[in-house]
Amino acid sequence: MSLEAHIPSGPLSQKWSNHKQDSKLINPANKRKYTVIVVGSGLAGSSAAATLSELGYNVKCFCFQDSPRRAHSIAAQGGINAAKNYQNDGDSTYRLFYDTIKGGDFRAREANVYRLAEVSANIIDQCVAQGVPLAREYGGLLANRSFGGAQVSRTFYARGQTGQQLLLGAYSALSKEIARGGVQMFSRTEMLDLVLVDGQAKGIVVRDLVTGKISSHAGDTVLLCTGGYGNVFYLSTNAKGCNTTAIWRAHRKGALFANPCYTQIHPTCIPVSGDYQSKLTLMSESLRNDGRVWVPKKKDDCGKPPAQIPEDARDYYLERKYPSYGNLAPRDISSRSAKEACDEGRGVGPGGLGVYLDFADAILRYGHDQAADKNISEPELRKLGKAVVAEKYGNLFDMYECITGENGYEQPMRIYPAVHYTMGGLWVDYNLMSNVPGLHVLGEANFSDHGANRLGASALMQGLADGYFVIPTTIANYLASQKPGSVKTDHPAFKEAEAQINGRTKKFIDIKGNRTVDSYHRELGLLMWNECGMARSREGLQKAIDRLPALREDFWNNVRVPGSGADFNQELEKAGRVADFLEFGELMCLDALQREESCGGHFRVEHQYTKEDEAAKRGQAGEALRDDTNYSYVAAWEFTGDVSKPTLHKEPLTYEEVHLAVRSYV
Amino acid sequence: MASNLNLKLKIWRQPSTNAKGTFQDIDANNIPETASFLEMLDIVNQRIMDGGGDPVAFDHDCREGICGTCSMVINGIPHGPRRGTTACQLHMRLFKSGDTIWIEPFRAKAFPVIKDLAVDRSAFDRIMVAGGFISVRTGSAQDANALPISKDDADSAMDAAECIGCGACVATCKNASAMLFVSAKAGQLNSLPQGQPEKHRRVLGMVQAMDKSGFGNCTNQYECEAACPKGISVRWIAKLNRDYALATVHESLLAPAKGKGGGAA
Repeated sequence: MSLEAHIPSGPLSQKWSNHKQDSKLINPANKRKYTVIVVGSGLAGSSAAATLSELGYNVKCFCFQDSPRRAHSIAAQGGINAAKNYQNDGDSTYRLFYDTIKGGDFRAREANVYRLAEVSANIIDQCVAQGVPLAREYGGLLANRSFGGAQVSRTFYARGQTGQQLLLGAYSALSKEIARGGVQMFSRTEMLDLVLVDGQAKGIVVRDLVTGKISSHAGDTVLLCTGGYGNVFYLSTNAKGCNTTAIWRAHRKGALFANPCYTQIHPTCIPVSGDYQSKLTLMSESLRNDGRVWVPKKKDDCGKPPAQIPEDARDYYLERKYPSYGNLAPRDISSRSAKEACDEGRGVGPGGLGVYLDFADAILRYGHDQAADKNISEPELRKLGKAVVAEKYGNLFDMYECITGENGYEQPMRIYPAVHYTMGGLWVDYNLMSNVPGLHVLGEANFSDHGANRLGASALMQGLADGYFVIPTTIANYLASQKPGSVKTDHPAFKEAEAQINGRTKKFIDIKGNRTVDSYHRELGLLMWNECGMARSREGLQKAIDRLPALREDFWNNVRVPGSGADFNQELEKAGRVADFLEFGELMCLDALQREESCGGHFRVEHQYTKEDEAAKRGQAGEALRDDTNYSYVAAWEFTGDVSKPTLHKEPLTYEEVHLAVRSYV
Repeated sequence: MASNLNLKLKIWRQPSTNAKGTFQDIDANNIPETASFLEMLDIVNQRIMDGGGDPVAFDHDCREGICGTCSMVINGIPHGPRRGTTACQLHMRLFKSGDTIWIEPFRAKAFPVIKDLAVDRSAFDRIMVAGGFISVRTGSAQDANALPISKDDADSAMDAAECIGCGACVATCKNASAMLFVSAKAGQLNSLPQGQPEKHRRVLGMVQAMDKSGFGNCTNQYECEAACPKGISVRWIAKLNRDYALATVHESLLAPAKGKGGGAA
């Protein structure tokens, strides 16, 4: 199989313009004859559904949530990048492009990333026109903040809930098109299979989550905008419903899965408090601007209250290991260092899985800055300093207290890394079409733009870029070759898929085993976290690969799904998702195993810079050691019928403009 | 050191929309006080299933207080006793061992129960479809900074935009009125210059859809603001009333033949 990415010719900066010129068009009178199926209603799905409807296509949009407005894009906090250069600080399309491709550790496709940077400015225009209340300055113009991995201020934001505001903007556009009759919305409806007719994606089979009814929807093309697979780890910052079922089902029907091992683990999350933990909550990493990260030097001190651990018994390990970046070391490095400290038995809090994030010094420092009288008492200084810290980070301290019951001003907060985002996804070409003709994949569900690591404030940008500006142009390249409405749901392929789904549902219900779905999901999550999490080794990955088939078999023999398939049954919903995660997990480990290098979020302990490398100025000890000679490719996996034996295809990554460099933070 | 709680739960069980519901007594012993309220329900469900029973259905998703999916009335208060908090962000340390906790679905004619604690809030989506948008086609927008908007107006619109659409305002209102939700949604757009051209259509359309969905009228008791996890102010209701009056006048005097009911024909 050859992977043809269909990158347009010409210089990087003109590829998208050229492509738009060369793309096919469909006559307005004909557009309405085409039906586009959109699965997912987050930023990518809602924006695509609304925009395609505006263009005249007949759109059907599906989401498993009770309203399209609740898709998990809503939880994004920080902001959205755009190369507007409103701050006049030297930003440009090229800089945003370069920062993104470097942040991705040179494992993303150059032309896609450039296009992302190019359309970023239009996204802001569109959102403001929709009434999204982005933050403003007193002069009435838009405000910006800076974010990780960039030296310019290009991030637009709406308090701490940029995701909600952008999603509500896209949802309002969707509502407008529902009102006009261009979009038919199906909420509480989950896609359970993709239907191919003559090798082309022509429809889906869905389950009405309220009535349990299985039905088919035919279309001329299918768009999967179904988000990432972070919940394979069970515990993540994803919403509980986030799942891989849509893209995994498509993978099983022939769509290649690209770079599944690329996952992002965020360093500043609230640690697990017990075995009942259901999800993890992220706190903005801006906390590391002022907080100092430490663990006790000696294991014996871990049980003591932090105040009783004297200064010289504390290990400020980030400051020790990365003196120039200190507590602001990049996400992947900070996360791994926390894991190392805990693995050494020096973690704090329940289960020993936590490190301290301490504001005591910052409070005193700000107190000194504020104090007019240099002789004031320490309690007074603390009071002054606390006010400054509260102004900068008050909402985060409140959130921490709400969840842990602890006061971050009085004692150090406890943090631990958590799974946050997945860069891998279904393989797509420049038109966002997978190798299955007619199957398009947008947003986090595809692999295309973030390489091996995503920069902050880029996920929202990609979702909206794909939905508002890319797919509306590129979809015609496929549709123009199709006779509209050629496939109906009476085609045998739909009946066959429905029968399979009904059989699967019956199987779940009939097992009547001894273990709940969650207990399997937790076991899978722990295995994946231990062996395919922040640091991966050949041995550990092999262990997981050996364990997974047995775990799957146990699941299919011993899971208990109460109730029936014919009504509202949340356990049945979860069972289907976990069954798919149990298969997907193995592919993730296989991908991590074959990639004998470290890059971005993929860290193989066998491949890191050593002290000798550092002495020779090749790279910092402990950093990810990339192998550009052998691994500068996209790993795209084909399903072969045997979950344990997928076939690897490689799309070489060629760089016309950028030079590959070591991602250094020394 | 974290301790565990022994609780007596009274949970609403209703197999389906038209079935009769009843409170079920469930002893929830040994619940860690560090767990969240929904994690307490997870533990209870796990035990129910281990005993061969049918778990309690409840809606939830992000579990970080922003998606607005979780929807239950805890001891008579939507989202429970802690102010400005969704049920998913409520933690068990707020309760004491020996407590009896009543857990019910959001109750309103416009929010039919689907099962147990899960309700159908699609009426909110229908209200949004009736005018909760600015009609701007993708690609037709001008440069974002071409239209300066005062920080006060932008911040005010943002105050309204914080609504997460959970429906606690409806659940707590004795009339099951959706005025806080509708007023926040219309108010956000009506406060901004971009939202002016469609203002009257929007207000008439959304209010009409609200009435049609079976929500009650507002009698200015303001429980909604107290129950709102995002603290949306009732001043938005006052604004909606003003905007509605203007829109009515506009419709009857200036544009009698058209513009009624938002986008849908």
